[in-house]
Formats: sequence, structure tokens, C-alpha cells
Amino acid sequence: MINRREALQFLSRRVTDQIVVATYSSATDWLDIIDRPLNYFSSGAMGLASSHGLGLALARPERRVIVLDGDGSLLMNLGTLVTIAQVAPRNLTHLVFQNGTYEANGGHPIPNQGVDFEAHARAAGMRDTFTVSTLKDFEARSETILAADHLVFGCIKIEQGPLGPRSYKEMYRHERRMALREALAH
Amino acid sequence: MSAPGADHVLPLREGAVSGPPRGASIIAQIKKANIEYVLSVPDQHTSVGLLYPIAADRDLRLIRVCKEDECFGIAAGLTYGNIRSLILVQYTGFLYAANAIRGVPCEQKLPQSKKFGLRIIEPILDAMGIQHTSIETEDDVPKISGLIDAAWRESRPQAIILGGRPEAK
Repeated sequence: MINRREALQFLSRRVTDQIVVATYSSATDWLDIIDRPLNYFSSGAMGLASSHGLGLALARPERRVIVLDGDGSLLMNLGTLVTIAQVAPRNLTHLVFQNGTYEANGGHPIPNQGVDFEAHARAAGMRDTFTVSTLKDFEARSETILAADHLVFGCIKIEQGPLGPRSYKEMYRHERRMALREALAH
Repeated sequence: MSAPGADHVLPLREGAVSGPPRGASIIAQIKKANIEYVLSVPDQHTSVGLLYPIAADRDLRLIRVCKEDECFGIAAGLTYGNIRSLILVQYTGFLYAANAIRGVPCEQKLPQSKKFGLRIIEPILDAMGIQHTSIETEDDVPKISGLIDAAWRESRPQAIILGGRPEAK
């Protein structure tokens, strides 16, 4: 199993002009590791990170959009896999971090902790998919994650992270979203 | 007295005598407002008169989603990239997606425009502070582009309620 923070630290050292859409525990770690205008933290209904990412990918086809999703979040919006596969933007990478728990909500298990998200993605119509459970394998996928010229879906098997209470106030500040909008205007 | 969220600039005309709104007129208004994407789950009310013509229109890009709440995430992403979209869903889809509507366009004050069928949702829109205007007849249709432009200018959501079933012409 992969430590999510270590995977994100690796990704943070290689990210350049990509837009990163992160949600809940992934967002907490990502913001702590790398604070940049091209981060987007999707407030609102749980499960919509990939939908936000799809919209950004369509709006800005010249930039790659990387979605850092959670397994509990994705389960709330499984239809998004079908929608995204139908649209198939060439500049979208959808990563789901699977630890089998609602980590941001007390660590309760998700329904069927062994659910195969890659199989779901493939059945939805995605072609370039992968599942990794070691940091070495994750690192080996970095070129695909960051710079592929097609839709990518990846399932990252991770350990459960810390369960402590989280504050999203800083993450969801209006100024952050305006900074993203400003960065995308140029 | 108007409902709290009702549009005061372009009030619904009383005693309208023109026929039902025409799909072609609505599409012309959507284009006039520089809408590029239409995000939708189909419904019987707008299927023939509006959604099929939108699907066939080369200037508009239709994204068919699985559940209505997806629309509000996709529209948010498009908005941050400065691309205009329109959400076309049934009122039942609005009810389903209420949490997404609260969390995304309301909380983030995004200029999302959405068209719904049936007026049962007006009190809910009022409670959410979403401005809304009804399109009952062909005479009401020219309001649409102005409503969308105003939503973008003021960075707020705008609901457009299609009371009259659009005709396919």
C-alpha cells in the first residue's frame, strides 16, 4: 500500500502548468504540500471533483487537468465515469485514492472495500487505466499522469491516513478560486 | 408582490396571448448569450421541442450526463475556464441535485444558468436565493439572453423555468 502523502509529494515535484482538482483528504494533503494558483478545491456536494475536472478540461484543452479523487467520493458519483468516458477529453487524468474508508468522516468503511474501480472505469469506456499499490509503480506512471495525450484513469491503493478533524475554511476561500480564474485567463 | 428571488428587471408578462415558446427561438437566445455547452439529462417536457434540436445544432456542444448533479460540477469547471454553459434539467432533477446547487453555484456565486420544467420549484429557488424567471410563451423567449448575460455580469446563478412546453419549430 502507498502512503498518500508520499505519492502526492512525488507528484508535487513534477507538476508544472497542470490544473490540480483535489477533494477532501487528498485536498488537505495537496494544499499542505504545494499551494499554487492552479489548484482547485471543489466545495459543494461530495463526489463532484471529477465533474469539476471535466468542466475545466473542456474549458482549457491546452492544459492537463489532474483530479485527485477519493474512493468514498467517487462512489457518490459513479455515473461520472460514464460521462467522462463519453466526452473523453484528451487532457484529463482522473486518479482515485482507494483506502476503503470515509477518511474525512471518521474512518468508517465504504461499502464493499474491495470494489475494483479500474474495472468500473474500463466498463464505462475508458481505455488507458491502471491500478498501483506501490510507490515505485506510482512513480513509473508519472509521465502518463502528467503528460498523456488522452484520457487516463488510475486507481492508487493507499493506506488510511490520519482521521483528525479537518477545517476546509482556508481551502475553500473565494480568493483561491479567483486566483485560479485569473491564472487561466492568461 | 413578486417572490423574493424573482427577476425584477424582466417580469413575467401577465395575460400573454402568444403561443408556446418555440425551440428554435430559445436556441437563438442561448447562442446570443454565447452559451457553448448545454449539460442535460433528458425530460419529456423539452425532449422534442428543445433537446433534440440542441443535439442537432452544430454550434452547441451537448453533454449528456448520468445524474443532474454532475451538471453543476461541470458547469463550475467551465465557468472557471471562462466558458459559458446552460444546464437543462427537469424539476425532479433540480430536486435531486439541490445539495450540489447549494454547494456549487450558490456558495461559489457562479453564473450558472439553468432551465427547468414546472413551477413547483419556485419556493425552493426563493429559499436558496436563486433568481428565477418563467418562460411561458413565445413572447417571453427574448428575455433569455439578457437573463444569462445578467447572471454572468453579476456572478450569480439564474434559473429559467420553462412553463410552456417548447414547440419543435
